Amino acid sequence: MAHPKALSQSGQAASDRVYRHNLAVRLMHWVNFVCLVILLMSGLQIFNAHPALYWGKSSHFTQSGFFGTPILSMYAKTNPSGHVIGVTRIGSHTFNTTGWFGLSDNAHGVPQYRAFPHWATLPGPQWLAMGRHWHFFFAWILVANAFAYFLYSLFSGHLKRDLLPTTGELRRLGHSLVQHLFLRFPKGNEALQYNVLQKLAYLFVIFGLGPLIVLTGLTLSPYMDSVFPPLLRIFGGRQSARTLHFICAFSFVGFFIVHMLMVALSGMVDNLRSITTGYRRIAITENKQSK
Amino acid sequence: MTDKPVSRRNLLLYAAGGLGAFVLGGSRWLSSTQWFAQVLDSEEVLTRHAQRWLGALQPNAPEYTKADIDPVFRTNGTTHPDTPAYHKMASHGFRDWRLVVNGLVERPLKLSLRQIRQLPAQTQITRHDCVEGWSCIGQWTGARLSTVLEAARPKANARYVMFFCADRPGLGGQAYYESLAMREAYHPQTILAYKLNGHTLPVPNGAPLRLRVPRQLGYKMAKYLMRIEVVESFSKIAGGHGGYWEDRGYSWYAGI
Repeated sequence: MAHPKALSQSGQAASDRVYRHNLAVRLMHWVNFVCLVILLMSGLQIFNAHPALYWGKSSHFTQSGFFGTPILSMYAKTNPSGHVIGVTRIGSHTFNTTGWFGLSDNAHGVPQYRAFPHWATLPGPQWLAMGRHWHFFFAWILVANAFAYFLYSLFSGHLKRDLLPTTGELRRLGHSLVQHLFLRFPKGNEALQYNVLQKLAYLFVIFGLGPLIVLTGLTLSPYMDSVFPPLLRIFGGRQSARTLHFICAFSFVGFFIVHMLMVALSGMVDNLRSITTGYRRIAITENKQSK
Repeated sequence: MTDKPVSRRNLLLYAAGGLGAFVLGGSRWLSSTQWFAQVLDSEEVLTRHAQRWLGALQPNAPEYTKADIDPVFRTNGTTHPDTPAYHKMASHGFRDWRLVVNGLVERPLKLSLRQIRQLPAQTQITRHDCVEGWSCIGQWTGARLSTVLEAARPKANARYVMFFCADRPGLGGQAYYESLAMREAYHPQTILAYKLNGHTLPVPNGAPLRLRVPRQLGYKMAKYLMRIEVVESFSKIAGGHGGYWEDRGYSWYAGI
């Protein structure tokens, strides 16, 4: 480890060991990751307490229907043949989601009426009060971490140096897109910077999705609505904000999946090593050696 | 002589496995340990202080228009207190019902429904947010809690207002109760409501009198009120956490 050039001297797989992510970025990255996992799972726990989403100011309860007039709901029902099935209803379409949503086995294999299954929620069993404690505790950590990250990015130059795309990069956006579609990823020194698609994705998540999920979350607090009523106008009411909060959460899941895919395709071990220890290996470009 | 990518890869796998095991099993165990539950509980203190600071000017909860009122005001928890005493009161149109106001007050009170209806009335169309996640908009009419408290004159050491109710949600168990800090109790939108959407408060919604605190979650808004007690501390009352659901793990501060 002390001789970064050792391998290249051997003349075989010429690679270099370079410092990729500094301690601050690595620390904030992993704090963020832990927070998001816990927030997602405790969020699903909270959702399970009333597994329906609405649009507007309220849930529009009427004489009929347990959930009022939702745009999405999950529940269990008995089908014509007498079996209990898990159902997900979106608009006026219902889907049989037995085993996943509406009806699933608990940790002991016993079927339960639950929106999201036990393995997706935190804690596993239905426990709203505890789910809320987890959610708000880690929401505070997430916000503190994000605040530290904003300050750091701004003042260390991380934002300008690493995240903001240059006009040249933006011009070659189409080219980069094609390269990605063919799964050709930057090698050598180029791999030491975020590419333009990566930059745009990170900027979207950090400055778009991040603030949005925090603000829609705050709109769910009746006290915050009294402190800052524009929140309700911006998101179209508390129940709309709840739906948007849910959509944001799954956008994070979507980002996570693509992020993992890119990490895996562009060198899983190197990427994970560099975000954990700071260092990664790159092929030495002078040799024009590509794997 | 290779470096240790394998061991490091294993390390990463262990880390991923550890996180996986934690979220599946450890979180349940951690939640049931007293120390970690206390760590998580610090969230409530932080949230309470942050919101008190943000709301230093005591802003009002948003009020809605008649067009926003939901056709059905959803009921939750007890929808009909199952005690002979309540049945008897209800059958007489709550004529014998009295709201007791006592504790740390200069002048304890015993108010009939008629007396409360004669106090200056306030009507507000506000949103009710349940801890479960749903919302419902309704029009509430009642007397400000501050009017009643001012008549009873709380003593200098008064810190909380307790609300004791006629219903026992857990089948023969503990009676429902709640508590508010003085600051929330004196807020102009905190009312003792006897009307919903222009009609006498229905039994499922808390007849004859219920609390409305629109800046807090639904479980704070005690139904079937029987007695208001002003106290300095609630640590010796029932489970000691200031409310029926609070004794069952929910946060005392319910602004979020």
